Amino acid sequence: MSLLSNTSVLLGKELRTEFRSRELLITTCVFIIIVLVLFSFTVNPGTEQARQFAPGLLWLAILFAASLMFQSCFLREQVNDTLSSLRLAVAEPFSIFLAKLVANTLFLLLTELIMLPIFAAFYNIPVLPNFPVLVLVLFVGSLGIAVTGTAISAISAQARMRELLLPLLLLPLLTPVLVVSSIVTAGLLDRDPVVQWRGIAFLGVFDLIFLTALWLFGQYLLEE
Amino acid sequence: MAKRTLFGAVATLLVIAAAYANFFVAPTERTMGLIQRIFYFHAATAWAGEMVFFLCFVANLLYIWKRRDQYDWLGVACAEVGLACITIVLITGPIWAHPVWGIWWTWDARLTSTFVLWLLYVSYLLLRTLIEEPGRRALLSALFGVFAFLDVPLVFFSIRWWRTQHPAPVIMGGSGSGLDPIMSKVFFFNVFVMHLFAAFLIVERYILEKLRHDVDVLQREAGAQ
Repeated sequence: MSLLSNTSVLLGKELRTEFRSRELLITTCVFIIIVLVLFSFTVNPGTEQARQFAPGLLWLAILFAASLMFQSCFLREQVNDTLSSLRLAVAEPFSIFLAKLVANTLFLLLTELIMLPIFAAFYNIPVLPNFPVLVLVLFVGSLGIAVTGTAISAISAQARMRELLLPLLLLPLLTPVLVVSSIVTAGLLDRDPVVQWRGIAFLGVFDLIFLTALWLFGQYLLEE
Repeated sequence: MAKRTLFGAVATLLVIAAAYANFFVAPTERTMGLIQRIFYFHAATAWAGEMVFFLCFVANLLYIWKRRDQYDWLGVACAEVGLACITIVLITGPIWAHPVWGIWWTWDARLTSTFVLWLLYVSYLLLRTLIEEPGRRALLSALFGVFAFLDVPLVFFSIRWWRTQHPAPVIMGGSGSGLDPIMSKVFFFNVFVMHLFAAFLIVERYILEKLRHDVDVLQREAGAQ
């Protein structure tokens, strides 16, 4: 019970900190727009093939954005030296991770939803058919990115060259998420849409495995 | 010291014997011809590399659990030796693939997941260079090692189920697969030799890491006085 109540208090803190300035959300949105525009110069976005490759570009942009977005989640605690007080305040160290990863998932999902209309317009792909399933795919994919991203940012925050280290450690780990979510999304946005439940289930398994690993090993990531 | 030299000499001689067996004992394969002989070395090194990474994972878990420096030394030794094995696999693979498939590289499940495995352990070793304090370096790299190892089967199956294919496994690949008896003997001799040679390298690397640790401790003591 203390896990849930601790987590909800900490989640409130994460959300309050972000929504006071909204700087993380705004910068990430701008970053995704820049990446999508730059991608459109390297390929021909107006063609019919765009339906095949654009979802992959979208997920790649999300992955890059996430690897920048999660930098601050433990760094913020370090700058103000609040991590040790956080650790002392909660009975279950996992709740610190749980709060941060729920917040990260929410931020990521929010930026994706803001970006989706822009993506649809740039690459001329209607996203509204199958919209609920698309949101489900975005959710399970983002949860996977947030779980691993939160764990890795706790590691990289304690090393030198941390800004470069986080993408270096995180991006290869996220290969399965990129492969499966871009293919499932491409299926959904196709002219004859297909819902690949097996892919969505696979992403769910990915989330579950890393969530379990974080639950088992998370406390060691926060040791002094 | 004498034991280590002997071990090293035996392992090296056996590698030479394995090379001899690959070229002169094994029969020439009917369709691929001579180039197929690289398979013994390639697949045996891949098996050894995967075994070594598994050992690295075990060492990482033991470090997190017991916090003894020995497990950290074993972890870094295994990561480096495993990386060397996988590098050999990634070089010998294209040498075989170019004449047989007509291309150097294809993005199929086994190639791609081996490459991601290689990238993950390169990141593991890079992470170690970027943390100064030994205890923290050992713990954080062990944790990353555990995450990386958990990721490997996910990478493999994600690509296998949603992307394309490699030739079906020759060994333990179900009906219709399998090797000529002499080829099979040569192959398993290679597997044994590669594991032994990897073990020799791990022992050497482990001792090197232990010496570095001892030097570190002595330097700190000298600095304190």
